[in-house]
Amino acid sequence: MELTGAEIFVRCLRDEGVEYLFGYPGGAVLHIYDALYKQEEVKHILVRHEQGATHAADGYARSTGKPGVVLVTSGPGATNAVTGIATAYMDSVPLVVFTGQVMTHLIGDDAFQEVDAIGITRPCVKHNFMVKDVRDLALTIRKAFHVATTGRPGPVVVDIPKDITAHKAAYVFPKDPTLRSYKPVRDGDPAAIRQAAAALAQAKRPMVYAGGGVVLGNAATELTELVRWLGAPCTNTLMGLGAFPATDPLFVGMLGMHGTYEANMGMHECDVLLAVGARFDDRVTGDLDKFCPNARIIHIDIDPASIQKNVQVEIAIIGEAGLVMRELLAALKGTGVRLDEAALKAWWHKIDGWRARHCLEYDRANIEVIKPQFVLETLYRLTAGDAFITSDVGQHQMWAAQFYKFDKPRRWINSGGLGTMGFGLPAAIGVQLAHPDATVACVTGEASIQMCIQELSTCKQYDLPLTIVNLNNRYMGMVRQWQEFFYQSRYSHSYLEALPDFVKLAESYGHAGLRIDKPHDVEAALKEALGRRDRLVFLDFITDQTENVYPMIAAGAGHHEMHLATDRELA
Amino acid sequence: MRHIISILLENEAGALSRVAGLFSARGYNIASLTVAPTEDPSLSRMTLVTSGSEGVVDQIRKQLNKLVDVVKLVDLTDNERIEREMLLIKVAAEGEERAEIKRLSDIFRGRIIDVTDCAYTIELTGDGGKIDAFISVLQPRRILEVVRSGVIGIARGSITVKPDAPGT
Ligand SMILES: Cc1cc2nc3c(=O)[nH]c(=O)nc-3n(C[C@H](O)[C@H](O)[C@H](O)COP(=O)(O)OP(=O)(O)OC[C@H]3O[C@@H](n4cnc5c(N)ncnc54)[C@H](O)[C@@H]3O)c2cc1C
Ligand SMILES: Cc1ncc(C[n+]2csc(CCOP(=O)(O)OP(=O)(O)O)c2C)c(N)n1
Ligand SMILES: [Mg+2]
Repeated sequence: MELTGAEIFVRCLRDEGVEYLFGYPGGAVLHIYDALYKQEEVKHILVRHEQGATHAADGYARSTGKPGVVLVTSGPGATNAVTGIATAYMDSVPLVVFTGQVMTHLIGDDAFQEVDAIGITRPCVKHNFMVKDVRDLALTIRKAFHVATTGRPGPVVVDIPKDITAHKAAYVFPKDPTLRSYKPVRDGDPAAIRQAAAALAQAKRPMVYAGGGVVLGNAATELTELVRWLGAPCTNTLMGLGAFPATDPLFVGMLGMHGTYEANMGMHECDVLLAVGARFDDRVTGDLDKFCPNARIIHIDIDPASIQKNVQVEIAIIGEAGLVMRELLAALKGTGVRLDEAALKAWWHKIDGWRARHCLEYDRANIEVIKPQFVLETLYRLTAGDAFITSDVGQHQMWAAQFYKFDKPRRWINSGGLGTMGFGLPAAIGVQLAHPDATVACVTGEASIQMCIQELSTCKQYDLPLTIVNLNNRYMGMVRQWQEFFYQSRYSHSYLEALPDFVKLAESYGHAGLRIDKPHDVEAALKEALGRRDRLVFLDFITDQTENVYPMIAAGAGHHEMHLATDRELA
Repeated sequence: MRHIISILLENEAGALSRVAGLFSARGYNIASLTVAPTEDPSLSRMTLVTSGSEGVVDQIRKQLNKLVDVVKLVDLTDNERIEREMLLIKVAAEGEERAEIKRLSDIFRGRIIDVTDCAYTIELTGDGGKIDAFISVLQPRRILEVVRSGVIGIARGSITVKPDAPGT
């Protein structure tokens, strides 16, 4: 029996095991929407803006490891989705985004709602396809899922002209999605692994720097075992938080621009650095000339292009983080040598000295104004560290990263590479749908939340009991901080003069809202919100306007050139 | 340093723009780029000439290999190889000049492929150096038009750039 392209589309999603499709209708995809109407297996989530669809699918993907799936119409539907696609691309998140396209014979004629979606998305996708024949549709969709989810994951766009969704073809689920030109490596080179084991076994001041690749590759268990066997300090990037348990004594916190003193000093003074699934981003390395000056560097990454890109490393191992770390641990055990115990002890003594600086300390004595850090500490305590936390971009994001101790991967959902304001709320939608019984909180700021605020309406439609933690400092705090430090406090356009009443705003969307402006009300408000499983609660915390994120390494400085809260005058 | 890179590419719409887009997005140099289908109609062969420090060229190779449409990539720079480029040049040729230009063309093993009362069009193939040299000997005369194909290259000996052969 022949099916229409639209029916084939739906069958493909079903056969790929797609649970949710995040989308927004329009002319070019109406055949598909009609096919969706006639079935119940693939649940469609109607967002309020296509950016929201891509971020929601992204939150779904990051929190589950499964691909997020999006459907938008041609023209403005496709362009609205671009920010979300680029966000997923920078953080290597598997998405499959279907964009409607004008009819094949109209392509290139500046037809109504025509954009070159393939051209526009090309620089921010792992790959994209245009379907030109209904008989290619099923295989193309299969390939899209295959490419998005294997190797270094990433978003894939499939552009489907409207006439293709009306044409008919026989449907068989294609068994083999492989492409001759695409064969990601999985196993590391045994010789390189042996070399790495030998280097690590000789380390006197080892350090493990693990990133988002460990989360993406589901390799947290292997990382934890390896680090514990080594007895080495472990730091995570912003994207790697949760890859190693934050409450483990071997964890020294996040590294980089707003990382801890102990993590950054550890990087500066280590003699062997093991980097796993991390890409030596400039927010992490700072000044490359001053980066890890004394270390032999081992780098495990699935993407050859991540290796030797910013930092020259001595031992490179291309492969899946989990597989490689398992082999590496076996090789280490095989050598029969353990790390020099006295050296390790001296190393930890040094690290404990750095830890004693308590670089994340803040003014807890203040009972007048709410310190943002206090809200996050309380959130951590009340959820026993077990919530899914999504975040927007700014100071609040850094404080969430510093003060919420993630013991498990895929619990910390934020936009690191692109730094997309507006990500937090829609991402939380995807997370809550994937984990209906879990506690999901979105940590945001009054500027960020307004970038996708319309998704509060989606939350209402699907009864998602999120907790919104709005750290409202009436400033684009992160911008204000840079202006304070680097532009002599000229706060050019970083103050938000006309803020909405967020409580009323939440209420108008059908949610509950609370404004909290005294520190002693913080805990009760969070308890109230987290306890409500029947509705979304928007907590508007009026926080200290002048608080800055510390420690801080100015862009382009070295790891040892950190500014701490206690030496404010340096900043 | 100058690198000459051979690529087998899926012969699909958009594949070329992925390569070109990569170079502009990442700020890599591109000296020349030629592309045409091969004996296997599903594949195109591209020859790319670029330059940069070893680190940059290493990234170029890796980023190209990462493109899903790239089936095979071989950096010919380290191999014994043959490079060829084709030149079509139209040069004013009047009076005594005509014989002299014909002689120069013969010396370079060029072929005059079009003749008018006042101009010759000459076809010449060779490596880039030979083409440059020919253009410069014609320089004192009146060059009307120059078209260069860009470099194509092939490894000497039994090394081939095939979908299943080892790449770099
Ligand atoms: C306001 C702001 C401030 C920031 N400050 C900091 C900061 O202080 N510290 C910080 O760390 N970041 C910070 N960032 C984030 C930063 O911009 C980068 O996004 C982040 O550092 C990159 O993390 P990563 O190196 O773990 O790489 P990711 O982007 O997570 O990349 C993952 C790497 O792992 C590889 N990989 C993927 N899958 C696998 C697998 N299965 N096996 C092996 N490898 C795999 C990929 O090829 C890639 O190289 C900040 C961002 C913002 C917006
Ligand atoms: C879409 C987008 N535009 C601009 C920026 C630049 N930017 C980074 S942080 C920030 C301010 C965020 O303010 P807010 O959400 O209130 O968070 P705060 O820093 O105050 O906690 C801005 C404008 C960005 N990251 N994303
Ligand atoms: Mg703010």
